[in-house]
Amino acid sequence: MTTELLNTLYVQTQGVYLRLEGDTLRIQHEEVTLRNVPLHHLGGVAAFGNVLFSPFLLHRCAEEGLEVAWFTESGRFQGRLSGPVSGNVLLRRAQYRALDHPSSALYLAMRFVEGKLKNSRLVLQRAVRERGETEALSAALAEHEAALRMLPQARTVDEVRGLEGQAASAYFAAFGDLLLSGEFRFDGRNKRPPRDPVNALLGFIYALLTTQCTAALEGVGLDPQAGFLHALRPGRGALALDLIEEFRAWWADRLALSLLNRKQLSPKHFEERPGGAVLLNEEGRKVVITAFQGRRQETVQHPLFKEPVPIGLLPHIQARLLARYLRGDLPEYPPFVGR
Amino acid sequence: MERMDILVTYDVNVTSEDGQARLARVAKVCKNYGQRVQMSVFECRVTRAQLEEMEAKLLKIMEPDKDSLRIYTLVGGREKCLRVHGQDKYTDFDDPLVV
Repeated sequence: MTTELLNTLYVQTQGVYLRLEGDTLRIQHEEVTLRNVPLHHLGGVAAFGNVLFSPFLLHRCAEEGLEVAWFTESGRFQGRLSGPVSGNVLLRRAQYRALDHPSSALYLAMRFVEGKLKNSRLVLQRAVRERGETEALSAALAEHEAALRMLPQARTVDEVRGLEGQAASAYFAAFGDLLLSGEFRFDGRNKRPPRDPVNALLGFIYALLTTQCTAALEGVGLDPQAGFLHALRPGRGALALDLIEEFRAWWADRLALSLLNRKQLSPKHFEERPGGAVLLNEEGRKVVITAFQGRRQETVQHPLFKEPVPIGLLPHIQARLLARYLRGDLPEYPPFVGR
Repeated sequence: MERMDILVTYDVNVTSEDGQARLARVAKVCKNYGQRVQMSVFECRVTRAQLEEMEAKLLKIMEPDKDSLRIYTLVGGREKCLRVHGQDKYTDFDDPLVV
């Protein structure tokens, strides 16, 4: 098990050129070298908007399995570099078989949703503890309790999705009550494009987290597209989306809330585009990415192993547990539930 | 794999015929593993294997009767072993890398 967390390089300055210089990655901007990073420090590169890569750098990244992902300037995932197919064909076969087997697909969908519900409940409970109850918070908590009670009786993946959907809408109905600063409001989740700063922030963090989950799944040799809870669709990382459910509230939402409530982000970090889309600007993205990276380095006690692990490794640990379950080495898949 | 901070310093005799070329090749190897903090001083955060690999590459370039190479292991990491004054160009590659 890797316990080493290699860093991700986030490039969001527009117009830079990344190239290979020996065994280092050189970042240039109009002939000026901004930074030289030895490749052995890097686990991946995330590029936002107009960022150029030299072909030889890309070859090298593919060869060494460095995760390279492209995003739009506003943070929407666009594509990913994929080298030769690696990993274990037997594991992937087990994954596809589980997908075709209604009971195991249902089982995994239930576990992902269980993880999501328990972690969302934690976020809501903490808010109640710290600030007292509100109507929406109590309603959302009740909805989560009900969904958790009914989950084991679900007979189809659609029923699981229904329970998840109901809980999620109650959760987002209460989410506005978690914002302390008067500068931001939240009136429900919207995306593609986000239409207010809070949604822009959530969408951006979810995109960062999705890459982490995709990389983690690929790292153990699973197919990130073959998911159980999310429907299969060409080009959609359904399994990555399944895995991220365990982390959305506990990791992404809490990070978003702390950035807003501690006023590390203010309205000046967002910009409105014609047509009503609201996006993080360059400075805002930098604040978010720095906080996101900082959070990856923090350690938590893993509920299963009772050992401190960096948060950034949690998706990798879950991916490994999932692989073990699919191979039949583990009788159960334990979703991650924070404290 | 445990990583460690090391300090690499060198003197290459540039008065000899191909000294300049050797100097450039030594610097190039060092750059691949770490970063230049002074003219002939590099700090690198490497695994044991990377250190051995780097050392072997440097020894291939050096001329033992003309040049000198010193590799110090910073036990407990640079935070513990190092006091810096004046110009400091060091970047911690484990910190968030946002460009």
